[in-house]
Amino acid sequence: MRKEWAKFKGFSAKNLPKEEPLAPGHRACQGCGEVLALRLALKALGLNVIAVSATGCMEIISSPFPYTSWRVPWLHVAFENAAAVASGVEAALKALKRKGRFPKNRRVDVVAFAGDGGTADIGLQALSGALERGHDFVYICLDNEAYMNTGVQRSSCTPYGAMTTTSPPGARSFGQMTWKKNVPAIAAAHNIPYVATATPAYFLDLMNKVKKAALVDGPAYVHIYSPCPTGWGTKGEDSITLAKLAVETRIFPLYEVIDGKYYLTRKVTKPKPVEEYLKRQRRFRHLTEAQIREIQERVDAEYERLLKLAECL
Amino acid sequence: MGKRIAKEVSIAVAEAVKQCKVDVIAAYPITPQTHIVEHLSELVANGELDAEYITVESEHSAMSACLGSVATGARTFTSTSSQGLALMHEILFIAPALRLPVVMVVANRALSAPISIWNDHGDIMAERDIGWIQTFAENGQEAVDLVYHAFRVAEDRRVMFPAIVNIDGFTLSHMIEPIELPDQEQVDQYLPPFKPRYKLDPRKPISMGPVGIPEIYMEAKKAQDEAFKNAYKVIVKAWDEFEKVFGRRYHPIETYRMEDAEVALLIMGSLAETAMTAVDRMREAGKRVGLVRIRLWRPFPLRDFVRAVKGVKMLAVIDRALSPGATGGPVATEVRSALYQVPGRPRVVNFIAGLGGRDVTVEDFEEMADKAYFYMKKKPKEPYEMFGVKE
Ligand SMILES: Cc1ncc(C[n+]2csc(CCOP(=O)(O)OP(=O)(O)O)c2C)c(N)n1
Ligand code: SF4
Repeated sequence: MRKEWAKFKGFSAKNLPKEEPLAPGHRACQGCGEVLALRLALKALGLNVIAVSATGCMEIISSPFPYTSWRVPWLHVAFENAAAVASGVEAALKALKRKGRFPKNRRVDVVAFAGDGGTADIGLQALSGALERGHDFVYICLDNEAYMNTGVQRSSCTPYGAMTTTSPPGARSFGQMTWKKNVPAIAAAHNIPYVATATPAYFLDLMNKVKKAALVDGPAYVHIYSPCPTGWGTKGEDSITLAKLAVETRIFPLYEVIDGKYYLTRKVTKPKPVEEYLKRQRRFRHLTEAQIREIQERVDAEYERLLKLAECL
Repeated sequence: MGKRIAKEVSIAVAEAVKQCKVDVIAAYPITPQTHIVEHLSELVANGELDAEYITVESEHSAMSACLGSVATGARTFTSTSSQGLALMHEILFIAPALRLPVVMVVANRALSAPISIWNDHGDIMAERDIGWIQTFAENGQEAVDLVYHAFRVAEDRRVMFPAIVNIDGFTLSHMIEPIELPDQEQVDQYLPPFKPRYKLDPRKPISMGPVGIPEIYMEAKKAQDEAFKNAYKVIVKAWDEFEKVFGRRYHPIETYRMEDAEVALLIMGSLAETAMTAVDRMREAGKRVGLVRIRLWRPFPLRDFVRAVKGVKMLAVIDRALSPGATGGPVATEVRSALYQVPGRPRVVNFIAGLGGRDVTVEDFEEMADKAYFYMKKKPKEPYEMFGVKE
């Protein structure tokens, strides 16, 4: 455990922060997992925050001028550079504090939000740069497994077999033909103090991880799996169920990487078959039994690999 | 008052940035800008400059980090050239639209391909419409002075626009020239601390960079344009103040031996020094030739320019950049358009010269002036001409 967490008792149903740094009334679709994750993350962080957003769903739904959902200072510059913009914010705070132009003892957490496209694809270089330089900030990837803002195109985080508008099934295709990029592993390869995966279905776990990420000195990366009913062809009211299923089928395992060590935060001993998860979503509807089997095998193998990396808490 | 000391211009520019007490630098190396950022990192490393130096992984991130930094209320500097400037392109538009006054020195260099590290203005002319204040320096002293001026103007609450100081790569950036660096007290007197009206601060949250729906986009752009045009007054006023503090005088447009000139050469940047020698020689030979130099390129000083070329018959515009398939180089098309409504306007001939580090000599300028005389009688067939190309 890290010394920065010594005083942090953890969130529970009894001590949830009252603040809502993200105001209601935004324009996200019903049942949007991303906006729920965003809200929970901000709740965990509190009001002493400077937030940076990449272009994407969350930026669009929260800021149509003259309205804003942000009760904390917020900056959006472009799509691929949230990590770089946050680097600038963090460096500026450091300089201003040192020079006495910002209260020295006032803690301000810098947090960058981006989708999986803004993180795993176009923003990967900026993310890697910021992690490697060691800025004291939190980077949160809201992974809905495609470019939703532009109309559901594939990203490198889109799962194998999924249908998107640029990975359509057809005579020579079964949808996405590549396996999901493991961005948390890439983040961890930078030897940063803290990496975690989370999902709004386990909201206390999510909030605790985001808080731990903020408390850590240096960069922290949190990858949040966020169902998107619009892009996945699912029902809004199913988002939480699906997020739970993703964990229970071992498709999206919950873990932390603390100083390079893997810890499973929810060990799934009796996994549900992946089919249960896949069949509820239109994006997987075209998959054959063989393909589903292939996915099951891959999920099992990945989980085995993770178990080897992890010590259980 | 400081002493005039022989210094490499890049080093002097970095020293000037230090005197401006920047808080954050985010930069990525590229020839010929390197000496500026290397010297700055040295100043930070040995504690002479108290700043955060972000060694970003690209120019795109350099500019992105700069915006984050200024938005947080820190005085911020970067520098680049050519491919680096091109890589920043996307973010360059966002800085003025969000009214974030970054200051950047561009050591001008040709764009690929063919890859060339040498000087021309192709890089900055591709960024003509980004909405930054843009000046061009002729010599080392001016390069340094324009840095103080850039910070002062950019951060002025009536302005709040980012600013670029252009210095020619190698032919200016790497020259050793006698340069006077002012005393720190003078710089402090000229450049007040950066106090933006809006910044990212949890004590007073604001949202920056929202979505602009069609109902407001044009209004936002008009507001930006008006504010940018109004910046002109502050820019000129800041040069008045500059003279009071430092004793040197700058104008948006500089003229040389323009009284009674019938042919005028027009150029931006350090080649003007060579052009002056050519003008002197031609004057000695009895030719009524003068020189006009644009120092302030954006916002374009229309009135000053029209006044400067009044009475001229032939204006020979020397462009250091090519705009393939256009009606001229970027400066010539600008100038032709500026003059179109002016009664008795001079005729314009356009030479594209000195691309990719090709030398432009005193003799070349004389030849261009002679061609301008020739074209007074006989109209050129083409709207522009690539000058000095080997057949
Ligand atoms: C340089 C650039 N390329 C493309 C776009 C168009 N664009 C905006 S958002 C987006 C996709 C966003 O996807 P993701 O990051 O996964 O976030 P989501 O919208 O799914 O939350 C794209 C392609 C852009 N804004 N900028
Ligand atoms: S498209 Fe998906 S991620 Fe975007 S707002 Fe709608 S539900 Fe949320």
